[in-house]
Amino acid sequence: MKANPKNMPGFGLVTWLGLAFLYLPIFAVIAFSFNSGRLVTVWEGFSFEWYPRALGNHDLQRATMNSLIVAVGATFIGTVIALAAALALHGGGVPKPVKTASYTMMALPLLVPEIVIAVTTMAFFAAINLRLGLINVLIAHIVFCIPFAYAPIRARIATIPKSMSEAAKDLYADEWQAFRHVTLPLLTPGIFSGALLAFITSLDDFIITLMVAPPGASTLPVEIYSKVKRGITPEINAAASMLLAFSIFIVLLSYIINRKKVI
Amino acid sequence: MSDRLVIQSVTKFFGSAQNPVRAVDDLSLNVRENEFFTLLGPSGCGKTTLLRLIAGLESCDTGKILLDGVDIAGLPANKRPVNTVFQSYALFPHMTVADNIGFGMSMQGKDAKDIEKATADALALMRMENFGARYPSELSGGQQQRVALARALVNRPKILLLDESLSALDYKLRKDMQIELKRLQRETEITFIFVTHDQEEALSMSDRIAVMERGRIGQLGTPQEIYHRPVSRYVADFIGICNFVAAPSLGLSESGHIGFRPEDATLLIREGQQPDVAGPIVHGKLDALSYHGAVTYYQVTLDSGETVTVADHEKLPVGVDARVRVALLPDMLIRCAS
Repeated sequence: MKANPKNMPGFGLVTWLGLAFLYLPIFAVIAFSFNSGRLVTVWEGFSFEWYPRALGNHDLQRATMNSLIVAVGATFIGTVIALAAALALHGGGVPKPVKTASYTMMALPLLVPEIVIAVTTMAFFAAINLRLGLINVLIAHIVFCIPFAYAPIRARIATIPKSMSEAAKDLYADEWQAFRHVTLPLLTPGIFSGALLAFITSLDDFIITLMVAPPGASTLPVEIYSKVKRGITPEINAAASMLLAFSIFIVLLSYIINRKKVI
Repeated sequence: MSDRLVIQSVTKFFGSAQNPVRAVDDLSLNVRENEFFTLLGPSGCGKTTLLRLIAGLESCDTGKILLDGVDIAGLPANKRPVNTVFQSYALFPHMTVADNIGFGMSMQGKDAKDIEKATADALALMRMENFGARYPSELSGGQQQRVALARALVNRPKILLLDESLSALDYKLRKDMQIELKRLQRETEITFIFVTHDQEEALSMSDRIAVMERGRIGQLGTPQEIYHRPVSRYVADFIGICNFVAAPSLGLSESGHIGFRPEDATLLIREGQQPDVAGPIVHGKLDALSYHGAVTYYQVTLDSGETVTVADHEKLPVGVDARVRVALLPDMLIRCAS
């Protein structure tokens, strides 16, 4: 008999408990961001006051700015590299062992525990004496942004028939024109989707940034963490809620954009 | 008529260096100006590879491809005055029909006004005047096919290449497009090279046909030559139905096999019945018959044990297992190498 989870007593309950365990804290954070009191455990009434306060906090402002600079930079550079890699590896010109090696190398940041990358990157930067402030963070982010940008682009390339660029060349387009007018427009949804995933991964990264960010270069997640150590306030809840809403928006956008079919 | 395209000893290898496969094997042929030329053969015979070699989408390993006397074998696809209608049409999904049709001219840096005019003319030629602003996904298969044709023809290529272009259409539409293609070829006076595995399509549309067999040309000739005077059993079998029986079975004093088409034989069902034209007559037993409307096929096992098919316009009053005779038209016997 096939095992159907619906027939197993208690399975549904465990599922709901698991979901509650994962998501209730998030709802609690959001709920208490609207608390009028200073405490994050006692509800005192509804208020919007923590949102303007969080937005007006200079530390949070500076950290948000850092986050955006790093995320935009890492997204742009990481996506360009991922696009180049996807185009190069898609064609028949690359031997299979080289392809496999390239895939693995690119996917490494997804497979290796983040703390390992964080520590090795920190040690590496120290060893070569790289002290460029926010640029250090940017370089570290580019590396792990590449695989996130690469996956949707590669998936997209695979759906474009070879006859598309052949037809373009048959119609007098040279290599660059065929890419510019046919391949690139067809790839655009994949590129956008990959860029958004890279962006959100960079924006939300904590461990690597915590290790490699020199003083003054901390990003929003790191800044929130350091504030939490001094005590949770509804201000932090408000900042976290805004970050969460923004993240969900970007991920949804990425999903919707890449859902559109080529043909 | 002079030759538009001459292919001289072209060979194309595929596969690895240790295990090369000759997709096109030392092949030579000529295509004349303003000709409807068909490359016919089963899948894997190299006909599509040959087409791609002409288009420049593959490069040949040896040999020459002369277009109006100039060797184009070394030119990339975008430098050849040749356009292709792809099997899958390969319309650009992110461009309107008009932009698809204008793509070739715009890549050549033609003036925007000229492109607009030529695109409108091409749409008119296809009777699709109102479809310029649509996207390919909004068109039916037949309409997409016509846009693909317009996109290629608008460039006035020296040769139009068509790769199994009708195979994705349903039967009725395919018949209409066959007539449409002939009309277009007449009106544009462009040389067409058409690749197909459908022998009926090849016979009805072509000025000349090259039947391909394992990367080589089995026979090159007019549809009538190919059908009535096939040079090999391969060609005879590939084009239509062809019966082959040993010559002695027909009472002929020669060796080898004799071929005949089903319609070049008559089924005699009565004792003493004489055929209209005197020729070899063989005895046998009716095995099966299948009625196709305009024609009925009778499958007969000869006394020699060989099975042949005879076609008649009428449904004859005869049943399975009856003793019958098959009378052959002596002028229509096919003698060819096996």
